[in-house]
Order: sequence, then C-alpha cells, then structure tokens
Amino acid sequence: MSSSFLSRSLSALRCMPAALRNALSIPAETRLATPLLAIAGVTLALTGAYAYAAGWLTPHRLTPSRIISTFNANAGTYAGFRRNQAKGICVTGYFDGNGNASQFSSASVFDAARTPVIGRFAIPGGNPLISDAGSPVRSLALLFQLADGEQWRTGMNNTPVFAVHTPQAFYEQLTASRPDPATGKPDPARMKAFFNAHPETAAFRQWVAAHPPSSGLENGTYYSINAFQLINAAGDKQYVRWAMVPEQSYTPVGRDIKDPDFLSRGLQQQLQKAGQGGLHWHLMLTLAKPGDVTDDATQAWPADRPSIDAGILTLTQAITQDDGPCRDVNFDPLILPRGIQPSADPLLAARSGAYSRSFNLRTREEAAGLANADADAHTRSGGA
Amino acid sequence: MKSTPMKSTSMKSTPTSFSLAARLLHWLMAPLLLAMPLIGTGMVNTVSAWRPWLADIHKPLGLALLALAIARLLLRISEGKENAQRTISSAPGWQQRMAALSHFVLYGAMLIMPLLGWGMLSAAGYPLPGIGAFHLPAIAPQNVVLYACLRYAHGACGILFFAAIVVHVAAGLLHALILKDGVFSGMALSLKNRNGTTVHASDQR
Repeated sequence: MSSSFLSRSLSALRCMPAALRNALSIPAETRLATPLLAIAGVTLALTGAYAYAAGWLTPHRLTPSRIISTFNANAGTYAGFRRNQAKGICVTGYFDGNGNASQFSSASVFDAARTPVIGRFAIPGGNPLISDAGSPVRSLALLFQLADGEQWRTGMNNTPVFAVHTPQAFYEQLTASRPDPATGKPDPARMKAFFNAHPETAAFRQWVAAHPPSSGLENGTYYSINAFQLINAAGDKQYVRWAMVPEQSYTPVGRDIKDPDFLSRGLQQQLQKAGQGGLHWHLMLTLAKPGDVTDDATQAWPADRPSIDAGILTLTQAITQDDGPCRDVNFDPLILPRGIQPSADPLLAARSGAYSRSFNLRTREEAAGLANADADAHTRSGGA
Repeated sequence: MKSTPMKSTSMKSTPTSFSLAARLLHWLMAPLLLAMPLIGTGMVNTVSAWRPWLADIHKPLGLALLALAIARLLLRISEGKENAQRTISSAPGWQQRMAALSHFVLYGAMLIMPLLGWGMLSAAGYPLPGIGAFHLPAIAPQNVVLYACLRYAHGACGILFFAAIVVHVAAGLLHALILKDGVFSGMALSLKNRNGTTVHASDQR
C-alpha cells in the first residue's frame, strides 16, 4: 500500500513540470529545474525569516507572551485585568516642576510649570482579589501628560533595587513562585533553590527584610528600579535613578491587619483628610557618578551619590480602577519624553514588552465584552 | 506546447514598461515593505533590546511608507491604468486577473497598514512619533475597545500582507526566470527598456 502511494506520488511529481508547461505555455526547450529551485529557495527563505521573527523556530525564546502566560498560570486569568499588579487603584493629580533638573534634562516636565498626572497604586501578582497585606511590595505608576503631546510614563516600586538582573532570571523566579495547589503558596523548596541559583537576589531580600513597608500607600517611597539617562539641551548625558519621597511621615505597617483592602481604603481616607491640598511626594533624582553600574537593577549606587529635588507630585483624588482613568493606561517605562532616555538595563525592554502584551490581552477582553462581567463580580467582592 | 507568437510583436510596438518614477518607487519601497512585517512581528515577540530598537524603526518607517504609498497611488492614477495594463497585456486572461487582484491587495495593504498602526497608537493614547516638538495628531478617539480591534487588524493584515509580498516575489521571479514575457522587465530598473524600443535581454526566448 505504501509502495503504491509512493509510486503515485512520484508519478504525480513527474507530471508536474508538464502540467506547469501547459498552464503557463512554457516551450519545451525552456529549462525549469534551476529557476524553480531558485523560486522555491527565495520563497522558503522569506517565509523562514518571518517564522524566525515570530519566534516559531525558537520555542525557547523568552517572549512577552511567555512571561504573561506564566503570570496567568500562577494566578489564574481575570478578564480585563492587568496580568501583573492586577489589584490597584487610580489616582489623579499634578506635578509641579521647580526647574532644578532643567540643567540635566530638556524635558519640559522639569521646568517650573505644572504637568497633569494620572497614576495608579498597585500590589504585585495577577490576582485582583488578593489581600493588600499579602506582599511587602507596592508600586506607584505615573503618566505625566506633557504640554507638547509628549508623555512620561514610569512604574515604580517601594524597593530601590529589584530582585533579578535579567528577564530570563525574572522568568525563572516567576516559574519558581508558582503556587503549590495544596497550600496555595509558593513551594519554599523551589524558592530556596531559585535564590541559591541567583545570588544577585540577595541585595533585594536583605533590603526587604530590613525595611518594613509603610503603614499606607500615602507614606511610602517609590523608586524607579531601573536607571535612566537625562539629556540636556547641550546633549550632555547624566545617568539617574528617581524616587518619589513622601511628605507624609513613614510609620511601619501594622501586624494582624484584617481588612484585605486596607491600602486603598487608607489612601482614600488620607486623601479625604488632606482635602484640596492633596498628598505630596518630592521627585528626587539621584545622580550617578562615572563608573556606577547603570544596567543592573539589583545593584544600588553608593549612598553618597548626590540627589536633587526636581519638584512636587500632588495627588488629590483616588478612583476605583474599574472605571478610573488609569484603567486604560499601559504604564510602559519606555514611554519617555525628549530629555529622558532609557539605560541599557535589560529589564526595561522586557517590562515594556510584557506590559504591552498584558495591555493587548485585557483590551481584547474588554472588546469581547468579557471584562465587564468579571469586573462587576470583583467590585462586589471588594476589589480595588 | 502552444506557442504565443503575439507576445514579442506586441512588446516591440507598444510601451512595455512602467514609468521610471513608478519603477524607482517600486524598488525603493520593495525592501522596506518586505522588512516591515519582519520588524513588526520581531519586535512583539522578544523581550530583548531588539524590541525598543525595532519599534523605533517601525513607527517612523511606517509613516514614511504611508507617504510613499500615497505618492505611488497618485502616480498610478495620474499615469492611467493603461500603463500598468499594457505591461501585462500579452499575458493570458487569468494571469491578468491574478495580477489585478494582487495589485489591489498590495496597494490596499500599503495604505491600510500604516493607517491601522497610526490609528491603534491613537486609540491606545500612546504618544505618537514626532520630529522635535512636532507630534503626529491622533487619527482615532482614545478608546481601548477600538484599540483592541485596530491592534488585531494590524497584526492580521500584517501576516496577509507578508504572504501577499511573498507570492508577489515568487510570481515576479517566475516571470523573470521562466516566462520571460516582459512582465518582470516592465518593472525592472533597466533604463534601456523604457519605451519598448529595446527589448530586455531576458525577454528574448
């Protein structure tokens, strides 16, 4: 049976040139083999180039899709929500630059002028129903809408250093922290193995152990994680890291917190108390010295690096993320105005890619009408 | 084998080439259009430094290709249909219909792809590419549902566009290497061939 199939296939192949000659009226003396091989070769090369670009030939390549599907595998899929930092609350306000940073950067946000800001406080993980007390890490993301159509988007954490240096290590950490179905928590043995294999995580773990998070969102400091470059009108470059340092005084978070939404609830209370004046943070720019490591978020700079106070962030209002202005914003840290440029930190491109993938997925769910039903359910159960 | 004697005579008596402007535009855009789907799919499928690097090429290049595509469409309209049709008038009817369809798809994609890209960036509220302080205006309202639709369409059309380009390249090579019927040389950058007075070497059987 197989031999008859083979012979039929072979005779079909032998007929092909004749069929082609007939269809295209090619004279018998025109040679076909070499030109057809050339055409097949070019077609194959082009198709192969596309397949390579799309990652079809390299299944082990780390892609935004792979990172985001790992978040989904860890936390489940909540249609319409961010794949990481799913639980959060929108804030609005403005940034008053004071001109101090203008010598380093031509970005108009640093001029002595007011720039409107949309922001979002969040806690890590893909589950929007998680308790606020579950993690010591919190984040503040901001979008500065500059006057000339430019934007500055930044996503900051309340830790000055990050746990890992590379996207690959981040992916391994994510895989290692997948909750054990039996306990609902990451397997301590797997986490230990990961930390042992990644000594660069030590600085982060030591910092977190020594610095209990603040009692609320309003009295936390939020750090840029990655380094960036400021560029002034003359083209001079200066590596910086930035931090939003609160005027609200720090007190450590309490123990035995019962309210799973104590952070968002506390923020709303603090905003109410502050009234029109709002809550304030100073944008502190820490200036690197030549030789400081600028492409590794696990390494802090020496404490004696000078910093400048570039202006005051005022947040006046908090709105739930179900319909707040931050819901539809992708806080891509590579969306920068002229005057600010990325460093070579490999995490930046990965953050940009993963956030974008998350944004594409949740907006698609929104378009498909899946998000609203879920969001309602989560609002009822108290999600921020 | 059937012979087609009318081919060589018709080719010598009528213009058989696209205008020089049309051919220059074609060959200027060809490598860029081929690269764009590769850049686009490459940048969304990596977390490496290639991503921002490719994205910084993709957006301004898309805009430049939109301007070139509009120029090309205007040129085609101003030169009239005949110019393009004469080039392939010697080919059998089904080949002419295929050629017309492929041109429609390629022109459509050249114009729609950058508009979808521009539209989706507008709908997502992303800052638009600019030169200095000048930024492109948004061409769509800020709306994530619209973004999702445009983003999907941009990706899907991109794959179809690349497939159409591959078919176009293969068909072009078929004409150049096997059929040698003047279809390829009509678009080739061979200055001699312009008025049909000199037949390109590859056209002679």
